Amino acid sequence: MWDYLTDAYNWSGNEGIWTRILQHLWYTFAALGISAVIALPIGLRIGHTRRGAFLAINLGNAARALPSLGLLMLAVLITDQIGFVPVLIALVALGVPPILASTYAGLSGVDPATIDAARGMGMTGREILTKVEIPIAMPLIISGLRSAALQIVSTATIAALVALGGLGRYVVDGLKLRDFPQMFTGALLVALLAIGIDALFALIGRFAVSDGLKVD
Amino acid sequence: MSWINDNLGLIWEQLREHIYLSIVPVILGLLISVPLGYVAVRFNWLANPLIAFGGVLYSLPSIALFIVIPAILGTQVLSTVNIIIALTIYTVSLLIRNVIDGLRSVPADVRQSAVAVGYSPLHRLIAVDLPIAVPVIFAGLRVVTVANISMVSIGAVIGIGGLGELFTLGFQKDFLTPVVVGVVLSLLLALAADVVLVTSQRLLTPWARITATPVEVA
Repeated sequence: MWDYLTDAYNWSGNEGIWTRILQHLWYTFAALGISAVIALPIGLRIGHTRRGAFLAINLGNAARALPSLGLLMLAVLITDQIGFVPVLIALVALGVPPILASTYAGLSGVDPATIDAARGMGMTGREILTKVEIPIAMPLIISGLRSAALQIVSTATIAALVALGGLGRYVVDGLKLRDFPQMFTGALLVALLAIGIDALFALIGRFAVSDGLKVD
Repeated sequence: MSWINDNLGLIWEQLREHIYLSIVPVILGLLISVPLGYVAVRFNWLANPLIAFGGVLYSLPSIALFIVIPAILGTQVLSTVNIIIALTIYTVSLLIRNVIDGLRSVPADVRQSAVAVGYSPLHRLIAVDLPIAVPVIFAGLRVVTVANISMVSIGAVIGIGGLGELFTLGFQKDFLTPVVVGVVLSLLLALAADVVLVTSQRLLTPWARITATPVEVA
């Protein structure tokens, strides 16, 4: 594995490690972005109106049981194409439930007395949402995004099974060639990427969470 | 439909492998987490580092673990042992927090009473502490069991994946039925395992039912 990683030839070029990392990150953040665009408004709506909570909770639980590989193959066979689109569908299907569930959980955890106080001060529904509920729910919203990102970054590995790039290529190609050092390289890089993304969200959490919430 | 009839043997075989690969790690993980959690609660400074380390381990991608484990342990790359070890690691890394929280939830006066009545430390752990910790430990067991069942399929990428192999089969043959069968069976398995866990939790904590019903006052 070390020989593979320290060989400069493997790092550059169209099929080099940097390209693979960038591809992997592109799939991850494209899927995370779409998941957030879908899940955040729905989660905020359910949390704010407190209607449809049953959906938010059970969707989150059921999604944990979904096998991601099966999801990807379903997407491939139903869309009848291989490549970016089915991968994106499968990854978004994995990303939506944790974001939706924790956004709802964050909003529903806001003390009703706080909301009453905001209303008493004359805030409109929208102001309550943007100035009170979202800031208070922020730690949980970020932790939902974080677990979605971790799920997606590790699952993006299987994109290589349907002819895409990314770090999964090393795993899939290595397996075919019985080139185990190459497989280990891919696996190790995915793990490092996951740890990096985890750290990134910890950092975002530090900046995005209101100072008022950090006082114990 | 005719594919299902013709391949019942294969489906049954993969389902059995899937159950084996996902449930054995849960049992092993529980057997490791309980003593580990007990030690962490006894020596308090161990608890937080253990929980944090578990969090890092749990964030590692499963496919990475399936492949890196043989490199570290020297097992065959295409062996079921790797899947079992990887999922056991996930189980322990998630369950350790619940075991620690559960054991900490034992009220101090209950513990002192047990000691006063003459329970030895081991007897107290089995007969007093663990039963009280059951709800918290089972909450973790439910999460990790369902997660394991869905994660086993990923093993199909390296050729050992229980129902996951139906996914790769369907993909190679451009044929939807095996994939649907695999997804549905995987979901049903997760549901069944959850029902088993909820039922055993109820059987293990009969007192929870008694206090849950309102007491009639004459």
